[in-house]
Amino acid sequence: MAGIAVSTTINGDITEYLCQPDETLLDVLRDRLGLTGAKEGCGTGDCGACSIILDNRLVCSCLVLGAEAEGRRIETVEGMAHGDQLHTLQQKFLEHAALQCGICTPGFLIAAKDLLAKNPDPSEEEIRFGLAGNLCRCTGYDKIVRAVQDAAIVMKGA
Amino acid sequence: MNFDPRFSGRKFASVGTRPIRPDGVDKVTGRARYGADFNMAGQLVGRVLRSPHAHAIIRKIDTSKAEKLSGVKAVITAKDLPDLTDGDAAMYDILDNCMARTKALYDGHAVAAVAAIDARTARQALKLIEVEYEILPHVTDVDEAMQHHAPLINDTIFTEGLQEKPAKPSNVTKRSQFGHGDVHQGFGQADFIVERSFKTEQTHQGYIEPHACVASVSSDGTADLWVCTQGHFVYRQHCAQLLGMEASKLRVTSSEIGGGFGGKTHVWAEPVALALSRKAGRPVKLVMTRDEVFRASGPTSATSIDVKIGARKDGTITAAEATLRYSAGPYAGSWAEIGAMTAFACYKLDNVKTVGYEVLVNRPKTAAYRAPSAPMAAFAVESAVDELAKELGMDPVDFRIKNAAQEGTRSSYGPVYGPIGIGPTLEAVKNHPHMKAPLRKNQGRGMACGFWFNFGGQTCTDLNIGMDGSVSLAVGTVDVGGSRASLSLVAAEELGIAYEHVKAIVADTSSLGYNDMTDGSRGTFSSSMATISAARNAIKILRERAAQMWDISVDDVVWEQGHAVAKGEKHGNLGKLSLKEIAAESGKTGGPIAGHSELVADGAGVSFATHICDIEVDPETGSTRVIRYTVVQDAGKAVHPTYVEGQYQGGAAQGIGWALNEEYIYGKDGRLQNAGFLDYRIPVCSDLPMIDTQILEIPNPNHPYGVRGVGETSIVPPLAAIANAVSNAAGVRMTHIPMSPPRILAAIEAERGE
Repeated sequence: MAGIAVSTTINGDITEYLCQPDETLLDVLRDRLGLTGAKEGCGTGDCGACSIILDNRLVCSCLVLGAEAEGRRIETVEGMAHGDQLHTLQQKFLEHAALQCGICTPGFLIAAKDLLAKNPDPSEEEIRFGLAGNLCRCTGYDKIVRAVQDAAIVMKGA
Repeated sequence: MNFDPRFSGRKFASVGTRPIRPDGVDKVTGRARYGADFNMAGQLVGRVLRSPHAHAIIRKIDTSKAEKLSGVKAVITAKDLPDLTDGDAAMYDILDNCMARTKALYDGHAVAAVAAIDARTARQALKLIEVEYEILPHVTDVDEAMQHHAPLINDTIFTEGLQEKPAKPSNVTKRSQFGHGDVHQGFGQADFIVERSFKTEQTHQGYIEPHACVASVSSDGTADLWVCTQGHFVYRQHCAQLLGMEASKLRVTSSEIGGGFGGKTHVWAEPVALALSRKAGRPVKLVMTRDEVFRASGPTSATSIDVKIGARKDGTITAAEATLRYSAGPYAGSWAEIGAMTAFACYKLDNVKTVGYEVLVNRPKTAAYRAPSAPMAAFAVESAVDELAKELGMDPVDFRIKNAAQEGTRSSYGPVYGPIGIGPTLEAVKNHPHMKAPLRKNQGRGMACGFWFNFGGQTCTDLNIGMDGSVSLAVGTVDVGGSRASLSLVAAEELGIAYEHVKAIVADTSSLGYNDMTDGSRGTFSSSMATISAARNAIKILRERAAQMWDISVDDVVWEQGHAVAKGEKHGNLGKLSLKEIAAESGKTGGPIAGHSELVADGAGVSFATHICDIEVDPETGSTRVIRYTVVQDAGKAVHPTYVEGQYQGGAAQGIGWALNEEYIYGKDGRLQNAGFLDYRIPVCSDLPMIDTQILEIPNPNHPYGVRGVGETSIVPPLAAIANAVSNAAGVRMTHIPMSPPRILAAIEAERGE
């Protein structure tokens, strides 16, 4: 079957690929482009481990087709740090030990980045509801919420 | 080398601090490689065909159409995994679970598998495999499976543990009994007796990363396996045995692991992937879907438990008895036995008896889930303890303090306790501000205790000192939640160097001696013991090299704070040699400096916790909200306190999900109705409050630093603590977990007489 040619922007770089019509954007990122930071925890949009930002909108990349990325702008966890300078959220996740196994971490970081972009001063409740689409089974979310609270304070002051 | 594991009471420099974990940056940048993040050249995609029936004879499997599909490189059935288990019943069950041989025993049981050039072709191939089933009657409920008329799952099972072998086979594989004293006499001395029956539903560990592996079998009979597992050495043994390989020919590398909680201690897909690779002559990647994870891997037991406890007016428990029935899936296990051992472990009892029944059902093979079997037993016992306190008119904390086990108490499962933390956790709870905080309308407070054995086991560790004085630590216990950080702290502590100069990795099965799984809360306990032992062996060599450099006797060299120091007046002017200085000269003084350790980490100190929670119940709908939650647990010594807190919080959150919402729901057809995260809903961020923690440190006398395992105990009290809170809020005793809104509403309405 002939592939669909797609030209898109990923973490600021123009990227071109061929994909099948039934292939998800998550499969394209992971299997065709080697961007394995986004994880498949369910494939049904329930766990958020594959979260990416698509044209300023937080989405589960398992629910987007690869072909739909044509002409759009994609942000993944691989694009969060600037060189060896971690994003404030990445640094705060490390300092607060907001990860244990770490499989959900890329999704949480992307979701938190999107949350703080839209609401730079969220309450605890707003953080909890803002991140309710991302499942973590290790931490009980306590240290994740604290890391995001701390990052918000630092980012506001920046 | 003789290693003295006894607690030494030393003052710590590194242990107890909270540095950033060594694998952290890779995990926040997306660089860390988990099970599904690894690829090999020429790799195929593996997929598994699973039975849609709960119980069926497999009459025939026709794979010819699938084999003819373009792009399909291998199709396998049980015939491609011949029985090499040589009478080992446990291994045969593992084999049968990996690929059904004559009968499909649960919805989701693997019956065939394919390897193809891509996922789409593999999926198409599965549809072309024709399986002829003869559907049999099934049973999924633990109590129904014990009835004499229940469908028989395995006609070779005759209940073990009875005085006489039964005349007929049944679904009860084993009866186990624990206790001491005379419960009949003890109940005779009681002024108050509480007797209740409880049920808990089956839950899944719910790790976010599905099982995933890449298997590559070469034509020379060697193989590589990349896999997310809690125990790559055990996976190697099991896979090698099932595939008929020598263990040394199979190199297993544990990937980063995206959660396990006991669920990644069992092989499922790995022998299948290896068999596919062997047949196709190419590497095969096999990743389970979430649906497969729920239907075919993991779950814990469903249980049905009767508890009877009696006490005198003064609050002394005179007798305690429990009968515990645990589902095992379709294969024998030891889940009821463990439940029966843990049920009354928190208490000092003169008369105690527990009986466990292990029961086969047409559900997936039960797997370990964090302190396996203990949370359900604790739910039943701690609920009854709360009720008894109420009948006595005693505060539930005071009642537990009065009856708590102590050092020297003979435990309900046999051994006599050393120094333990149940009393101190209860005292801490009694004095905790949480216990005094006011409650609002429709809110209730509950508390409960929990126990877990902890495990030590076989452990092997290598510690290599580079010529620049930095240290590479290779351990064989998979890091499931930050243990590389804690083990680096331990190496730094023992050697007397900075944490930043130690780098810990998890070595593959060809690079290190055998290690048991990361289970039983043993990761940090056992590998820290082996790390201390390895570091002490390295220090001996460092002292020898320093003596050589100084040209004095090694007996005159001691190791202090990262330096060799010459002792005695005659060496007064020699000063000190740092680890770095000694390492720099190692090429001239005898070559590389390393310390190794192979040991069985005995003496894992038992662990206790007490939890407090406040729950609000909406009496109109039965819905609940967790208002506040506090965990108090003994860690022995918290090596990295932040990750200890994380274990406490994570276990509590899993317990909250189990208590209030999570359950496997089977239809009358024996099929799982909610095999996905949408319908099997685990707690999300907005469901939970902050989870407060208090770490107590009652040193384990059998570990040099006093460490006890901390990973599992935190899931033991929540079911009961929440049940007690809900019962107090709703004014009716809850006896069935999960306490979902319909169950709570039904209980409230029954109490009102509606």
